Amino acid sequence: MQKSSRKKGKIRWSKLYSFSCFQPHTIDTVPAQDLIGKIGFSRVVFCNQPQLRKMKPYKYANNSISTTKYNVATFLPKALFEQFRRVANLYFLLAALLSFTSSPVKRETLIVPLVIVVGISMIKEAVEDWYRLLQDMNVNNRTVKAHAGNGIFVDKFWRELSVGDVVKVNKNEYFPSDLLLLSSSYEDGACYVETMNLDGETNLKIKRCLEATLGLNEDEEFNQFRATIRCEDPNPSLYTFVGNLEFQDQTHPLCPSQVLLRDSKLRNTDFVYGVVIFSGNDTKVVRNSTRAPSKRSQIERKMDKVIYLLFSVLLVISLITSIGSVLFMKSDMVQWWYLRLQDPEDPKPVKSGFQQFIRAFILYGYLIPISLYVSIEIVKVLQAMFINKDIEMYDQVTCKSVEARTSNLNEELGQVEILLSDKTGTLTCNQMEFRKCSIAGISYGGALNEVDLAASKRMNNDVEANRFSIENSGSTSQIFEMFEFSLADSSIQKAVLEDQEGLDFLNSGNSRISNVGKETVVKGFNFRDDRLMNNQWIYRSDLFNVTMFFIVMALCHTGIPVEGDETDKLKYEAESPEEVAFLIASQEFGFQFCQRTQSILVLKELDPSSGKKVKREYKLLHLLEFCSSRKRMSVVVSDEEGKIFLLCKGADSVIFDRLADNGRAYQQATTSHLSSYAEDGLRTLAFAYRRIDQADYEQWNSIFTKAKTTIGPERNELLEKASEMIEKDLILLGVAAVEDKLQKGVPECIDKLAQAGLKIWLLTGDKKETAINIGFACSLLQQDMRQFHIYLSEEAESNNQMKAMKEEILHQIESSYHVMCTDSDRSSPFALVVDGRALEIALHCDIKYKFLQLASNCASVICCRVSPKQKALITRSVKEHTGSTVLAIGDGANDVGMIQEADIGVGISGQEGMQAVMASDFSLPQFRFLERLLIVHGHWCYKRISKMVLYFVYKNIVLGLTLFYYELYTCFSGEVLYDAWYLTTFNVLLTSLPVISLGVFEQDVPSYVCLQPFTSKGKKIIFLLEPDRGLDIEWHGCILVIFLANMYILSPSAFMEKGYVADITHFGAIMYTCIIWTVNCQIALIITHFTWIQHLFIWGSIVLWYIFLLVYGALPPAYSDRGFQVITESIGSAPIYWMVTLLVVVVALLPCFIHIVIQRWFNPMDDHVIQEMKHCRKDITENQMWLREQRNSQKMTQIGFSARVEAKVSSFEEGLHRKKRSI
Amino acid sequence: MWGGSTSSDSTRVRSIPIRSGQCKAFLSQFKQQSLPACKPVLTPAWVIAIHLLLGFVFIPIGLVTLHASRGVLEIVDRYDADCVPEEFKGNKVSYIKDTSVPKNCTRILKVHKYMKAPIYIYYQLDNYYQNHRRYVKSRSDQQLLHGLKYNDTSSCKPEESNNGLPIVPCGLIAWSLFNDTYTFIHGTAELRVNRKNIAWKSDRDHKFGKHVYPFNFQNGTLIGGGKLDPNIPLGDQEDLIVWMRTSALPSFRKIYGRIEEDLEADDVIVVHLMNNYNTYSFGGKKKLVISTSSWLGGRNDFLGVAYIFVGSSAVILSLVFLLLHVKNPR
Repeated sequence: MQKSSRKKGKIRWSKLYSFSCFQPHTIDTVPAQDLIGKIGFSRVVFCNQPQLRKMKPYKYANNSISTTKYNVATFLPKALFEQFRRVANLYFLLAALLSFTSSPVKRETLIVPLVIVVGISMIKEAVEDWYRLLQDMNVNNRTVKAHAGNGIFVDKFWRELSVGDVVKVNKNEYFPSDLLLLSSSYEDGACYVETMNLDGETNLKIKRCLEATLGLNEDEEFNQFRATIRCEDPNPSLYTFVGNLEFQDQTHPLCPSQVLLRDSKLRNTDFVYGVVIFSGNDTKVVRNSTRAPSKRSQIERKMDKVIYLLFSVLLVISLITSIGSVLFMKSDMVQWWYLRLQDPEDPKPVKSGFQQFIRAFILYGYLIPISLYVSIEIVKVLQAMFINKDIEMYDQVTCKSVEARTSNLNEELGQVEILLSDKTGTLTCNQMEFRKCSIAGISYGGALNEVDLAASKRMNNDVEANRFSIENSGSTSQIFEMFEFSLADSSIQKAVLEDQEGLDFLNSGNSRISNVGKETVVKGFNFRDDRLMNNQWIYRSDLFNVTMFFIVMALCHTGIPVEGDETDKLKYEAESPEEVAFLIASQEFGFQFCQRTQSILVLKELDPSSGKKVKREYKLLHLLEFCSSRKRMSVVVSDEEGKIFLLCKGADSVIFDRLADNGRAYQQATTSHLSSYAEDGLRTLAFAYRRIDQADYEQWNSIFTKAKTTIGPERNELLEKASEMIEKDLILLGVAAVEDKLQKGVPECIDKLAQAGLKIWLLTGDKKETAINIGFACSLLQQDMRQFHIYLSEEAESNNQMKAMKEEILHQIESSYHVMCTDSDRSSPFALVVDGRALEIALHCDIKYKFLQLASNCASVICCRVSPKQKALITRSVKEHTGSTVLAIGDGANDVGMIQEADIGVGISGQEGMQAVMASDFSLPQFRFLERLLIVHGHWCYKRISKMVLYFVYKNIVLGLTLFYYELYTCFSGEVLYDAWYLTTFNVLLTSLPVISLGVFEQDVPSYVCLQPFTSKGKKIIFLLEPDRGLDIEWHGCILVIFLANMYILSPSAFMEKGYVADITHFGAIMYTCIIWTVNCQIALIITHFTWIQHLFIWGSIVLWYIFLLVYGALPPAYSDRGFQVITESIGSAPIYWMVTLLVVVVALLPCFIHIVIQRWFNPMDDHVIQEMKHCRKDITENQMWLREQRNSQKMTQIGFSARVEAKVSSFEEGLHRKKRSI
Repeated sequence: MWGGSTSSDSTRVRSIPIRSGQCKAFLSQFKQQSLPACKPVLTPAWVIAIHLLLGFVFIPIGLVTLHASRGVLEIVDRYDADCVPEEFKGNKVSYIKDTSVPKNCTRILKVHKYMKAPIYIYYQLDNYYQNHRRYVKSRSDQQLLHGLKYNDTSSCKPEESNNGLPIVPCGLIAWSLFNDTYTFIHGTAELRVNRKNIAWKSDRDHKFGKHVYPFNFQNGTLIGGGKLDPNIPLGDQEDLIVWMRTSALPSFRKIYGRIEEDLEADDVIVVHLMNNYNTYSFGGKKKLVISTSSWLGGRNDFLGVAYIFVGSSAVILSLVFLLLHVKNPR
């Protein structure tokens, strides 16, 4: 391995690359260099001189990073502050403080729950932060070789690095901080860098050191190395850098191409030397990241509102109580001699009224459910546990499962409306596969796509169904006709007959399965066509074209072969994964590219005449490099016979423009193939060649060489011209289509999500063409969609004038919007494709609104060439503009901003870095699990939490209001009916477990029903906390029933056979029993899914109350107070006690029960219908109805696989109709 | 009528792929949220059946209860107004406060029906807020149990001490002890009224000391209610114990004693009572109640009526639902 890479090192890349998009910009950076030393550009780095760094202004932070929220000192104040930002907690703190002045209940009963609640939440915070600390430590403790003096490099922790250190980074290692590149293993000081974590781009970038430091490519050289860098201050801009290097008494200007950024990776280069310029928190990537905001779910926010509401109710009834008490005191109470109010030391009415207010305020605190937050927290942790353990979201390949990293967003999953997705690594595997090709006008590789197949299958099914129905009515002939039509539909029939594989597709229904498993799968090559495979291509009639096609594929690239694990198969490394796919494909076809030297390319190719493998050498005369403006790449080679060819590959439009008149033979056929490939989401490149005469070549060579050696601004222009001269009169060979391989299950998942009503936006750093390809591959785009493109024209971009650019964008947006408005009646959906630069302008505040209006009306939106900051910006804008819940999913460090900004951030825990996962709220091993996460778990969690909150409020209102009603009978004196311990145990012991079981186990519909499109429609249930008048009255009725029934039954006559009369202790215990029963039976009414756990908790809670009464009553009276022997001696033996309980529970719950019944009967919700259908097994017995319901809900969607099938079917039907009419 | 109900337990157990070896089926079902569950669905048949069931359970209970309640005989006699002599009618408060005026009064009660022993005697006070917070907390349970040994009587304010000496029993409740007394004459002989065992046993045994004697009680300038015999320990002062059980509502009865012989129909009972207790200053009412008891307790028609009402409405509802279901089947 070492040897081969040294061999590579000998290639002078600077000679290979005649065009250079990456060459140092010596001219335009000059003005910026003047800024050095001024404000904002004051950084001075002494390289390799540790002793100088201690001086005051040059002392910079070390390289450790910290993402934790708290440290040991700040934890307590900060975490406490966080806790008391919650309204309820604040109220309870207030109540606890007030309880020290005057309290109707024991102080401990207020303080203990508060401490527990706050304590649990704080422990949770601490644990979460601890994990963050561990992660930081893991990063900080990575090692890198750093110069320790005398030319010796030793391992050093990342955190110990400081500015000015010289480090040596090896192949496939991450850069520990922002480095200035000094030299690399290549002689010309170039190195390849993968910046996927920064911008998501997967192609390698070339960085190049200064000529002056080229010599520093051995460890020993650094013994004497001294230099000073003066550069800009730390800033978040990834693509700029201004600085000077003072080295050997000379000043060299520096530019971004000498800077290696932290979190990018060294590739294809054995090692580099660099000097740390920015460390730790000063690095550009850390500066680019935003602090993790604490996210709160909508329900939590709504819950705050509910708490405010309850709080105001509390204030009102406290006020009523205090005013009432003052009024009573002034009028009647003076005459109540038994109260001895006339004593002079007694407080004045106003003051006592105020005291009464505080007392009431504390007393009715039971209205505000203190344990709500902590219960929800427990429930969410358990829900998160279920999400983590779900075996259907377990990836057996990576042995990873879904991880809910923050549990407080579970229910928000069910509310997602807009999905923002990254492309590379999230939707795709970052791996290209050779899928199809069209050579000389013939398309190879499965010609039928899945959409067609699914559509034809559906058609046939429908026809079948129709046939039966019409057969019954007796007109058989007619339907046979129809059936024939559908089969005779040309496109299907031809395809099926032509392609054997089509039948496989039909049988399996999924091409992805049928392709795998028949043969050993070659990574990067997913092509099956017997006409070309296994060297069958030598029997093709157009052998020359086929051969040339393969030769172009094998020679026109910048890749390097690497020895693979198999002896005769090589692996390749190249600038882009497409090239690797092409090289692998050509190897499979028998054109193995096996060696590259400075000027010679060696192929092992199959000789069609002899059928043997021969080694042929091609001389590489020139390489006209690929550049985004040229959109093509060419090589000029001469074969062994001295014939000179120009081999060219590039975007189809560019190639077609440069074809010779006799080279257009296959253009028409190729174009139609191109469009079908594009619809399948394949990325296409056209191949062409040109034979060049020796004389022509000599002539051009001189011009080109002259252009190459020119120095100055006109160089690029000259080169461009020179290449134009030779890249013309091409002969088209065909096109090759590679698939940016989607991850497993991605199209299906997107389809389901689209059916669930989610809007999907694709945000990618890739270029537009790639993004659109993927759009097609994921079914986000389809052929009949109306696409709006918003981009900056080149002149506007070059002018760089803000106003002009803005006007251009505005014009584009407005015209698109106009089209949309006028065309809105058409069924075809709209799609929007935006370029990153244009997006930057479109998101400026004044036109932002218009842009987002346009975007939110489109079925799918694709944003290409967006930077991490822009991703975050889009996320925020979308969130603010639409007000809907936004989920962002990504896998790389470039998605961190977006993930943090979104309401829910999801990270893909792929093989590459962990930054996205660290910043995310949920991490998934595979994109496809998103479907189950959102539709099953999101749905469940949302239902659970909303039911739970609703119920929680209910039960506290029941308790709180009985306290208030009792006040009416005590002249607002503040007497409590219940024993203090009854009240304390209410939320903690007696009613907490059932409600937790509701929040954890409730399932309104089983998971497999959730996943069917039918229920996904019902995802948006009404949040029951929205004022529901009926329920309010029921609650109130229920409380009144509890209260009044007790009142009338228990007073004034005796309640036991022995003639005893109920006093306050019996009254309290009986009433409280009624409350416990009612509240627990109410939850049994709400729950629709009973496992034995629910039964245990609900009925157990009721039993627990009696056990509590027994135990509490058995304590000595000093402790048990009002509970002393209350059940054993008195109420337990009174039949009236049990009868009251039964009556009250039934009467209190009957209205609610009837309400539920009536709602189910006359106004059923989706889940009710499904429950009932499941219950009657209608889904089995009446399958057709079930399916029809499903299909009805499908029609709503505009994107996704099924939508495409739908569109196809309707177009087939139209064609059929037309044919029928013509007959 | 019952035929409409079907089994609602549709349990569905999903098969779980077994991971490493013998994984506990329960744990895995628990984690996969696929525990066998019963999912009651409120189908019309169930709704109708539940309502019918309610009706069939509640109506009999209601009838039995009502019957029991009707079997209880109760004689209520309000005497506070009538016992004030004519000359004091205009100013009842001065009458009750004037210690020189004799407070005795005679009431005649007529028994309408046969009353079976034990017949309970209650006094009923209306508009008397024994549940006022200031009143309820003005007692010291520790002192009641331990007497003078327990010093901290701060909770008894404003009736914790007098002349610098602690009061036993302290507090407003004890201080305002009800002190009307009743003697019942049946024919010529006095009816024997049993005034023992009228308080809860737990109170007598555990809350009021057997060796705690009243001390310094009702010695102040303001005299509230009844006095206590300082020679009888608190644990035996059952009137006090009953009184100390504060009532929950402003209108309440408290037991006075038991008549342990039957009373025939048309018997006439003469009650000699001492109208000592001041309810005039706050407009309260005093009633004497004589009542038999059933297994249910005292007379209480509400419970039975409520049961019958709920039961019959459930039946009506079930009929309504049945009609709806027949008319409009799912």
